Amino acid sequence: MCWLSCCYDASNRFEPHKQAMIRLQGISKRFGDKAVLEDIHATFLPGKVNMVIGASGSGKSVLMKTMVGLVKPDAGHLYYQNLELGEMDMEQRNELRQKIGMLFQSAALFDSLTVQDNLLFPLRMFHPTPSAEMLTRVAYCLERVGLAGTEKLFPSELSGGMKKRVGIARAIVLKPKFLFCDEPNSGLDPKTSIRIDHLIQDITSEFQITTIVNTHDMNSVLECGEHIIFLNKGRKTWEGDRDLILQSDNEPLNELVYASRFLQQFREKAS
Amino acid sequence: MDTILFHFGLTPTTSLLRMTFFYHFGRYLMMMRQMLRRPENGRMYWEETVRQMSSIGLGSVGIVAFVAVFMGGVSAVQTVYQLVAPYISLTVVGSIVTNSSILELGPTITSLVLAGKIGSNIASELGYMRSSEQIDALEIMGVNPVAYLVGPKMVACLTMIPLLVITSISMSILGGMVICQLTGLITYDQFIEGARSSFLAYDVFFAMCKAVTFAFFISSVSAYHGYHVQGGALEVGRASTKAVVYCCVLILLGDYVLAQLLL
Repeated sequence: MCWLSCCYDASNRFEPHKQAMIRLQGISKRFGDKAVLEDIHATFLPGKVNMVIGASGSGKSVLMKTMVGLVKPDAGHLYYQNLELGEMDMEQRNELRQKIGMLFQSAALFDSLTVQDNLLFPLRMFHPTPSAEMLTRVAYCLERVGLAGTEKLFPSELSGGMKKRVGIARAIVLKPKFLFCDEPNSGLDPKTSIRIDHLIQDITSEFQITTIVNTHDMNSVLECGEHIIFLNKGRKTWEGDRDLILQSDNEPLNELVYASRFLQQFREKAS
Repeated sequence: MDTILFHFGLTPTTSLLRMTFFYHFGRYLMMMRQMLRRPENGRMYWEETVRQMSSIGLGSVGIVAFVAVFMGGVSAVQTVYQLVAPYISLTVVGSIVTNSSILELGPTITSLVLAGKIGSNIASELGYMRSSEQIDALEIMGVNPVAYLVGPKMVACLTMIPLLVITSISMSILGGMVICQLTGLITYDQFIEGARSSFLAYDVFFAMCKAVTFAFFISSVSAYHGYHVQGGALEVGRASTKAVVYCCVLILLGDYVLAQLLL
């Protein structure tokens, strides 16, 4: 029996209290002499857009790579529901990976494949169903991200925002339980950024996914940061949501939130 | 520490070099081991293998044939130039061109050419995939990236390079024969007579042993350098250059070792 199926009851109905969640317990990671992550404790809940924010070099990307298993932590435990990632055997790990969708900073689409083939790739690899069924699923995912009609295009023919949306479509094509987005707004204009944010938010609540977004874009944070953790020099120094972030007295966090002169003046006036 | 190393006849520099060698060799062996895991979906792997066979095999026929024809032609002309003694039968030209094509020119020169073409291609393709996070994307999907990306390339090289070497040997002999006839050095009949008089089937076996060994070097070494790229475009270029250099060195070393062992 699939260990992730513990989210479902006997009649295959989704049970919210057993939903997929990720728990970090004392995660630490060093590269040589440099401590990149130090004693991180956090819980990421399903159906919410969980955000990891911090300045460049604060350890966000390493934390995300640790969570998806690309980087092995030096200390600490990482639980997907109740199972520790480090204690999973190869079969469990592969099963888990098929429940993970990830949007990379560069979208990481396969250049030699068309948009349709990029989405078909994980389906054909893990769920080889009749061709028509797979194509229907691909068409649905592309429509969901607003890119119907781009099936035959190659990644080189897409704009940055379109690549990100194809990346999201590929991430959700296998109906994941966990969605990781590494700086989904980098290199995009504000309007497209907000569109991507809304898309992530909608998908998260629609499919009850545990979504974790790495970002330092404050627009995104204020738009859809339902649960936020702030990393400063590899340490978690603040946790809250978008309503609390503007009232925080955490100085490094305020430096990030009120980075521009305009916002600093706004803050002074408000206070 | 240095004193201890000195007692074992190691200076810090040599010990560092040895450590570096063992580090890379160990990582190379681990990559090979990871490649041998069971495929997630055999059909997808087979499709990728066929695609690589087409790209590596058909994509290299032109350059291999071009190099081989001139290689055979030049060796025929130079052999005639050196055999000026009247008591030496000119049929020996066919014999020398054929033997040198089968034993050395076909497998070794072709492999050196292919190290430049296929080796750099594999290293830069994998390097770019690594730097653009495509390999990470595969891994997160649950695909074994080494098996899916390196495995088909190695199978394609191990099957197509021997075929390319056979093509090269044939074209080289043909090139020598045509050049001899066109320039009036010797006739087709004389060339063929010489070629048949000294032909040994074992030589073809030896050439195939070399081709398979060199194919393994080209595919695995260049894949290793490409797969472990860290950084951006500059590192991808460096990995590609390194892959070609190491492949060429290994081909030449392997050429000597195989000649010593099998001849």
